[in-house]
Amino acid sequence: MEVKVRPLECWNDFKKYRERYYKNYLEAKDKGGIRWAGSAWAFDAIPHGLGEDVYPLTGEPYGATCAFFHEFSRQCLETIERKGAARDLCGYMRNYWGSIAQNKYLLADGSIVEPFPRPDFNFTIHICCSHAKWYHYAAELENGVPTYAVDISVGPGYLLDDKKINYVVKQLNDAIPWMEKITGREYDDELLIKAVYAEADAMSTWAKICKLNQARPAPLEEKSMFSLYVLNLINRSDPEVAKLYHKLYDEVESRVKRGIGALTHEQFRFFTDNPPPWAFLKVYRYLEKEYAAISLGAIYTFGLGGGWIGMDEKGEKWIWEPAPTPEEAGVEITNREEALRWTAEYNLRYRASWQHEYSHWIRKLETYQMIKDWNADAIIMHINRGCELWNMSTLEVRDYLVKKGIPVATYEGNMADPRDFDEARTFNVIDSFMQSLGIERISEK
Amino acid sequence: MGKKVEEVPQLKQFREWFDKRHEYAKEWKRENGGKIVGYYCTYCPEEILYAAGVLPVRILGSHEPESITRPYLHDMYCPFCHDTLAQGLQGRYDYLDGVTLAQSCLHMRQSYFSFVDRVPNIQWSYYMHFPHGVNNPHATPYLRWELEKFKSAVEEWTGVTITNKELDKAIEIYNKNRQLMKKVFELRRGEKPPITGLHAMEMVVSSQVVDKKDHNEILESFLEDLKDVEVDRETGTRLILIGSEDDDRSFLELVEYGINYPATFVYEECCTGARYFWDEVRPNEDRLMALAERYVKRIPCPAKDWAAGELIRRRFQHIEKVIKDYNVQGAIIAQMKFCDPHELDIPSLRVLFDKNNVKHLTLELDITQPIGQFRTRVEAFLEALGEEDLFF
Repeated sequence: MEVKVRPLECWNDFKKYRERYYKNYLEAKDKGGIRWAGSAWAFDAIPHGLGEDVYPLTGEPYGATCAFFHEFSRQCLETIERKGAARDLCGYMRNYWGSIAQNKYLLADGSIVEPFPRPDFNFTIHICCSHAKWYHYAAELENGVPTYAVDISVGPGYLLDDKKINYVVKQLNDAIPWMEKITGREYDDELLIKAVYAEADAMSTWAKICKLNQARPAPLEEKSMFSLYVLNLINRSDPEVAKLYHKLYDEVESRVKRGIGALTHEQFRFFTDNPPPWAFLKVYRYLEKEYAAISLGAIYTFGLGGGWIGMDEKGEKWIWEPAPTPEEAGVEITNREEALRWTAEYNLRYRASWQHEYSHWIRKLETYQMIKDWNADAIIMHINRGCELWNMSTLEVRDYLVKKGIPVATYEGNMADPRDFDEARTFNVIDSFMQSLGIERISEK
Repeated sequence: MGKKVEEVPQLKQFREWFDKRHEYAKEWKRENGGKIVGYYCTYCPEEILYAAGVLPVRILGSHEPESITRPYLHDMYCPFCHDTLAQGLQGRYDYLDGVTLAQSCLHMRQSYFSFVDRVPNIQWSYYMHFPHGVNNPHATPYLRWELEKFKSAVEEWTGVTITNKELDKAIEIYNKNRQLMKKVFELRRGEKPPITGLHAMEMVVSSQVVDKKDHNEILESFLEDLKDVEVDRETGTRLILIGSEDDDRSFLELVEYGINYPATFVYEECCTGARYFWDEVRPNEDRLMALAERYVKRIPCPAKDWAAGELIRRRFQHIEKVIKDYNVQGAIIAQMKFCDPHELDIPSLRVLFDKNNVKHLTLELDITQPIGQFRTRVEAFLEALGEEDLFF
C-alpha cells in the first residue's frame, strides 16, 4: 500500500542550528566569548553558568562530520597516524585529533578553515576507555589546554545510590571554581539552573519523538533522525534546542495522526545497532529504495541523547518510556547544589546509552524490548571497528536475539574511518539477508 | 664462587607455579577446602577475598591460538581478553567458584561478562564499580563505599564475617609480598642486575596465582640466595618494558637471550610487573579506607590515568623516575594489540622518552608472537643503541 509522505517542515531549522553551531564556535573569540570542547556526553549544562556567550564543540559529532566528508577525514586520519595513533582507536577521536594536528577546522557544509579554533578549556566525562584520554591528548596537541574530565563510571541507573551520585556531584562542584579560574568569569547559578531544565526537556522530548515512531507507517526514518537527534549531542542545554524538539514533536505527532509516513512504501521495519558508517549512509537509502525497508532507529539514535526510564528497579526489564523532566517529577530546582544533583542523577539514571556498559544483560533486554515495542521485523547490526564502547556486547546481543527468534544480520565497518568499509560486501549481506527472509525487491514486485 | 642465577631453586619454583598454576590451585583447594575466585584485573582488592579465606587468582591466558571466543567477542578486542575467556570456555578454570572484576577497560569487562555467563562452574560473580578517575580527590572515599559493598557480598557468599583482625592479617601478608618483590626489583638498579626480565615476570605472575603466604616464604629465601649469585651474563643495553599484560615467555626470552646484542630488562612497567605490587597499603584505623587509598593511589593503569583538572599522568611521572633510578637506556613498548588505554598513551609516551633521551621501540603483541619479525626489529634497535655508544 502506498503511504502519504511529505518533507519535514522543521528540517531546515535543525540544519541551520547545526550550521550556526559550528560557526559560533569558530567565531566565539570575535565576540569576546568562551570556547570549550568535550564529549557529546559532557555535562554541558555546567559551562552554561559562565555566561550566555559560551560556545561548545563536542567531539563525536565533529568526528562524524569529518567522516562524512571522506577526503578531509582521510587527511585527518593519516596525519594523526603519523604521530603514532593506532588505527583501531575511536574513529571520531582520530578525526578530531587529526583535525587539530592539521590545524584545520571543518564546518557543517564541508568548508575547511584555518586555524583550528583552540578551546579555552576541555570539559568532558569518562565512561569508555577513550573519552578523558581523548581530551588529555588533544590538550597536549594544543599546547596545554586546561582539561577536566568527570568520572561517571558508577554503574547503571537502577543501581544508583546516594554515594554514587554524590561522587559525580562533587566532581561537578569542583569543576565550577576550576572554570571560573580559567576564564576569569564569575559563575551564574541562574544560568546553570536554566540550562539544567532545558537539558532534561530536550532529552525527554527526544524520547517522546522516538516513541511516535512506533506508529505504522513510521513517521521518521533513521537517516533523517541522525540530523535531528544530533542537537542533543552538540548543545542540549541550550533552551533553543528544547524549543526545536517541541516543534518537531508537534509536527511528528501530526504526521502520525494524519498517517503520513517517511517512506512511500513500508514493507519491512528494522532496527540498526551501533553508530552508522557515516561515510556510507547510502546503506539506508539502498534498503529503502530496493526493499521498502525502513530503519526505525537504534539504541544509538534513541539513547545517545534521549532520556528514558531504562531498567526497572529490580533490573529485570527495560522500559522504553520517556524519563520525567523536573516539572513532570514535581521537582523545583532553586540552587547550584540542586541543579548539579539533578543533572548528575538525570544523566546517570536516564541516559540510555550510559546503562549497558556495565552488563551485556542490560543491552540484551534493552535491544529486545525495543524490537518488540516498535514492532520491528529484524535488526541489522553494524560491527563497528571504530568504537569499542558501542561494540561491547554486540555479539552477545546478537546471540541472544537469534535465540529469541529475531532475524539478525551483521556487517563490519567503521563509523568514522571510511577506509574500513567494504561497500559491495555490505550490499551483498543486505541482499542475502532480505532474500533469506523472503523480502522481495520493490522492482521485482 | 657464587652460584649462577639459573641454579637458584626459587626461580624454578616461580616457573613451576607459573606453568602449573591450575594444578597448584586444585591442590590448594584440596588441602584447604576453601573457595577460589578468579579476578580479571589487578585493581581487584584481593585482601578482602583473602581475609574471607578465599584464594584470589588472576585469570590469565595461555598464548595458544584459539577461535572459541569469536562468537562472543569482537575481533578488534584485545588478544588478552580473548585468551582469558578461551581458558574458561575450554574448562581450564574448572576449579573456580567465583569470578570478579574491579571495573577496568571495556575489553576486560566484555570478557568478564561472557566468562560469568558461559563458564558453567561459576557460582558467584561480582562486578565492582571501581572508579576510573583515580586522579580526582573524591575517588578514594567513593571506592571505600564500593569496597564495603564488595566485602558484604563476599561475606554473604562465603558465610564468613570479615573482621578487622582478618583484614589486618591479609594486608600484612600482601604488604610483605609487595615489600619483598620490591626488594628484588631494587637489586636490578645495580650495574649487574642479578635477574632478568624473564625471571622477574615469572616471579610477579606466580605471585598472582598462588597463596601469598607460600610466595612470601620462597621470596624471603630467594632474596637471601640472590646475595650469593654470580652474574654470568652481560647486562648489555638496560631496557624498560612498557605494556599491559606481558607474560609471554617467548617474547622476553627473545629479547634477553635470543639476540646477538646483549640486553636486559631492568624494570617492567606493566601489570605483570611493577604496577601490580609497587605500592603498599598504609595502616589506617578504617581498613577499607586504607585499601581504597592503596588501590586508587597505586601506579595507575593507563585506563584510569587522565586529567582531572591538572594535565598530568601519574604513570608517566613514575616512568620518568624509573628511567633515572634504573639507568634505563632503551624502552620497548610492548603494545597489546587493540588495547586502547595503552594506545591512547603511546604518542605522548614517545615524547616522554625522547625528552629523556631514551630510545624506544614499539612492538605489537598478539596471543602468539611473530618471533622472527620481532628478532629483526629488536636486533636493529639494539644495534642502533650500540652504535650510539660507539660514536659518542
